[in-house]
Amino acid sequence: MATEDLVTQESDQKTEIDRAVIRFAGDSGDGMQVAGTRFTDASAAFGNDLATLPSFPAEIRAPAGTLPGVSSFQVQIADFDILTAGDEPDTLVAMNPAALRNNLDDLKRGGTLIVNSDAFEERNLAKAGYDHNPLEGDAVKGFRVIEVPMEQLTKGAVKDSGVSGRDVLRSKNFLAIGLLTWLYNRPTEPTIEWAEKKFATRPEVAAANVMAFKAGYNFGITTEATKTTVEIRPATLPSGTYTNVTGNTALSWGLVAAARQAKLPLFYGSYPITPASDVLHELSKHKNFGVTTFQAEDEIAAVGSAIGAAFAGNLAVTGSSGPGIALKSEGISLAFQAELPLLILNVQRAGPSTGMPTKPEQSDLLFALFGRHGESPLPVIAAASPSDAFEVAIEAARLALKYMTPVILLSDNHIANGSEPWMLPDIDELPDISVPFATKENSDHGFMPYMRDIETFSRPWAIPGTPGLEHRLGGLEKEAITGNVSYDPENHQLMTDSRAWKVVNISHDIAPVEVDDPDGDGDLLLLGWGSTYGSIRAATRDLRKDGRKVAHAHLRHVNPFPANLGAVLGAYERILIPELNTGQLRKLIRADFLVDAKGLNRVAGVPFKTSEITETAIAMLER
Amino acid sequence: MTTTDYTRADFQTDQEVRWCPGCGDYTVLASVQNFMAGLGVPREKIVVISGIGCAARFPYYMNTYGMHSIHGRAPAVASGISITRPDLSVWVVTGDGDALSIGGNHLIHSLRRNLNFKILLFNNQIYGLTKGQYSPTSEQGKQTKSTPFGSPDHPFNPVSLALGAEATFVARTLDMDRKHTTGILEAAYEHQGSALIEIYQNCNVFNDKAFIELTGKDTRDHNRINLVDGEPVKFGPEGERAVILEEGTAKIVDTSAVDPGRILVHDAGNDDPSVAFAISRLSHGPYGPTPLGIFRRVSRPTYESTVRDQITAATEAKGEGDLAALIRSHGTWDV
Repeated sequence: MATEDLVTQESDQKTEIDRAVIRFAGDSGDGMQVAGTRFTDASAAFGNDLATLPSFPAEIRAPAGTLPGVSSFQVQIADFDILTAGDEPDTLVAMNPAALRNNLDDLKRGGTLIVNSDAFEERNLAKAGYDHNPLEGDAVKGFRVIEVPMEQLTKGAVKDSGVSGRDVLRSKNFLAIGLLTWLYNRPTEPTIEWAEKKFATRPEVAAANVMAFKAGYNFGITTEATKTTVEIRPATLPSGTYTNVTGNTALSWGLVAAARQAKLPLFYGSYPITPASDVLHELSKHKNFGVTTFQAEDEIAAVGSAIGAAFAGNLAVTGSSGPGIALKSEGISLAFQAELPLLILNVQRAGPSTGMPTKPEQSDLLFALFGRHGESPLPVIAAASPSDAFEVAIEAARLALKYMTPVILLSDNHIANGSEPWMLPDIDELPDISVPFATKENSDHGFMPYMRDIETFSRPWAIPGTPGLEHRLGGLEKEAITGNVSYDPENHQLMTDSRAWKVVNISHDIAPVEVDDPDGDGDLLLLGWGSTYGSIRAATRDLRKDGRKVAHAHLRHVNPFPANLGAVLGAYERILIPELNTGQLRKLIRADFLVDAKGLNRVAGVPFKTSEITETAIAMLER
Repeated sequence: MTTTDYTRADFQTDQEVRWCPGCGDYTVLASVQNFMAGLGVPREKIVVISGIGCAARFPYYMNTYGMHSIHGRAPAVASGISITRPDLSVWVVTGDGDALSIGGNHLIHSLRRNLNFKILLFNNQIYGLTKGQYSPTSEQGKQTKSTPFGSPDHPFNPVSLALGAEATFVARTLDMDRKHTTGILEAAYEHQGSALIEIYQNCNVFNDKAFIELTGKDTRDHNRINLVDGEPVKFGPEGERAVILEEGTAKIVDTSAVDPGRILVHDAGNDDPSVAFAISRLSHGPYGPTPLGIFRRVSRPTYESTVRDQITAATEAKGEGDLAALIRSHGTWDV
C-alpha cells in the first residue's frame, strides 16, 4: 500500500517550535499504548529527541468507559536533547469522557484538546461522572478544542477493508494517530509500514488500520477546526546510530550482552509480575544467544533455580518487583552466604503490598539494602533511564562475577516502560567481564572453597564437573578457607567481617560519582538515584537558565557508595535529594556522612514534574 | 582413578556424620554411597542438593558437588542445575516436612515438569531437627509437642501425591532394606526424568518404631506388599493374600478366595496413573499392608531435553546470536 492517496499539501500555517508534549488517553481497550508508541516511533525516525511516559490501569480491561479503565501514553518530542516526558501536555487526545475527566486538569492552558466527539453521549458521560457534556461547558474554555467524530469517520474509512462488526471501531486509534501525524508534521511511512508488517497475517486488519490512519491525516487537512500545524525539527544529538528503546528491553539486551562479555550462558529464572514480566518475554525470544529462561512455579523457585544455575556455572539472573523480591529474600541470603554470583532485578512499583502495580515509585531502596535476615550487605546498583539499563546490567554482572556476590539491580516502572533514543554502543568496545572458573586445587590440602582472593576477597568459583574440586556449599556458617560447617565464635565474626569488607571494598572499583557543576561553585547540590535522573537534570537546566548556581550528581551505585561521595557532599552548603519515596537515600546519606541533606519526596505514582524540583530548589536557595 | 575403581570410601567426606546414633539416615547414606561407587559416574559429575531438616545434612557427607540449601527449596535449586547442565547427575535429598510442607509447591511442579533429577524423600513422619512436632505425614490424632491434644491434620500419602502430579517414576522403599533401596536407586538413575523415591526412615528419637509393621520380624512378611513389574500382586508369608482391582479400587483379598485371573498384575509402565494410584491407596501409612517398590515408571520427554531442543532449533533457524544485530532489531536512524 502506498501513500499517494494522502494529500501532501502543506498546511496553511506551520508553526515551528522546539518541543511539544502529547498525551493520548482513552479506554484501556482503545489502543492508546499502540497509538503513543506509533507516534513515538515516527518521531524517532524523524530524528527528534524524545521521552515517553506510558500509564496503564492495573486492570487488563476495566469496565469500558469508566475512570479506572483509562490508559494513557505521554511523549515529549524536541529538537534538542530532552530528559523527561514533560510536565503538562500541549496536546491531549481524549477518546471518551472518562479519559477527558482523568486528564484535562493536566492540559496546558491554551493547549489543544482533540476529542472523539462520538463517545460523548449520555451513557459514557454518566460513567465518567458527568451530569452534562463538558464539551459544552466552561471546562474546556481556554483550550483549542478539535471535535472529531472518530467513530463515524472510522466506519466510513474502513468500509472496504474487509473487517466488520465490532472490529471496525478497533481502528479508531489509527485515525487519531493519523490526525496527530498531520498536526505535528510527522512522516507517515513508519506507521503504515508498521501496520502492514504487524498485521501481515491478517491483511484486512492491516488495511483497516492504514485506511483509518489516512482518514485521520486527511481529516486534519480538510477540517475547518484548525489550519495550524506544528513543526519540530530533528534534534542535533551526538552523531551515531540510534534506536528507541524501553528500559525493560535495554535491561534484557544488557543481560544478553553481559553474558557475552562474561563468556557464560545466561539463565533467567522468573515468575510473571508487573512491571518486570517484559524482561522474561524479551529474553525468552533470544534462545539462539544460548539464553535459558525458566518460568518458575513461584518467586521462591525463581530465585532458587537461579542459585542452582549460578552454582552450575551460568550468569544467573532472577527478576521481579517488590512483592516478589520479598518472597526471594531468604534465597538471596543463601546466595550471599554461599557467595555465588547472582543478579536480582527489582523493577520497582508503588507499594506496599500489591500497591499500584502499574505506577512507578523508588520505595524499595532500603529494602534492597537491608531486606534480608542477618548481616547480609549486597552491592546495589540503579539504572537512571531506559537506555542506561543496558550498561547497568553489564556493570551489575561485572560486580557479581568478580566479587562472587549477589547484586541487586534497581529499575522502576517509569524506566521499564518509558523509552528514549539510545545511541548504540560499539559492541567491540564493551568490557570483558569474564572471570575464570577454578580448575585446580588451591592448597596443599586440596581444594579450599573459601580461600579468598587477596585483592577482591572473593572465593573461587568451582563448578560441578570439575574433577578434584568437589565441595559442598550451604546456608550454615562456613569455616574460613575450608568451607566446612563451623559454629566457632571467632570464625563467625571473621566470616561476617569478610563478607562485609568484600562489599565495602567495591567502592574503590566503581566509577567516582560525577558532578555536573560547570563552574564548580554551585550553591545547591541536587543528588539523585534511579529514574529521577531526567527530572532532576531538566530542573538543573531550568534553574541555571534562571541564573541559579546548582550542581547535579546522580548515583548509579547506591551500595557501596562511590569512594568520592563524601568529598562531593562536603563541597556543598545545601543538598536536596528528590526521591519518589519518603526519603530513603536521604536517610542513608545523613547516616553515613552526617550532612544536613533535605528531601523532596512524593509518592503519587507519577514521576516528578520538573517544576516541583525547581520550586523546592529555589525555596532552599532563597532561605 | 577410573570410575570403576571407586569404593564407598571415595564418596565419604572428612566430616563427622552427626545424626543421632541409631538414626535410619545412616543406613540410607551407606546405601547411597555404595550405590554411587558402583554407578560408574565420575564423582565430579554428581550433585546432591538438600533443603533443611535432619536428612538435609546429607550433602556434607557425600564427596561430590553439593549444596545444603534452604527449607523446601532443594527442587528449585536442583532445577537450575539440571536444566543448564544435562551432563550432571543431580540428586535431591529431602524430608517429609521439607518436601511436603514448606516445599510442597516445588515438589509437585518439578514432578509434573519431568525434570531429570532424583528426589529421595526421607519420610520419618515427624519433625526431627526442631525436636518433635508432627509432620504432614504424621497420622491424624498424633500427640506431639505441638499437638498435645492430637494432630487435627489429615496426612499426605507422598506416593499418591506424586502420582497425582503425574510423576514419571514413583517408588517407595525402606531404610533398613538396603538391597531393596539399592534396586530402586538403580532404577531411578536409569530413568530419564523425575523420580520420587519415598524412603520410610525411622527416627529413633522422636518417632521410634513408626515402621515396625514393615520391619518387625513378626509382622513384616504380613504387611510388605512387594510390587514387581509383570507379576501378580500377592503378599504374606505364603502369598496367601492378593490385590484385585474392583471398579477402579484396589482391594486386598485372600488369594484362595479369588480366581487367579482376577489378581492384579502389576504394570508400572501403564501410561494411565490411575491403577498405580489405586494401589497407593491400599495404605494411608505404614500401619498395615503397605505397597513397596516401583509404582510407576513411564517415559515422557524430560524438561531439560525440551528446553535444549528449543535452544538448538532457535540457533539452527536464526544462527548464533549476534548482539550488534539484536540492538538494531527495533529499527534505527543515523544522526
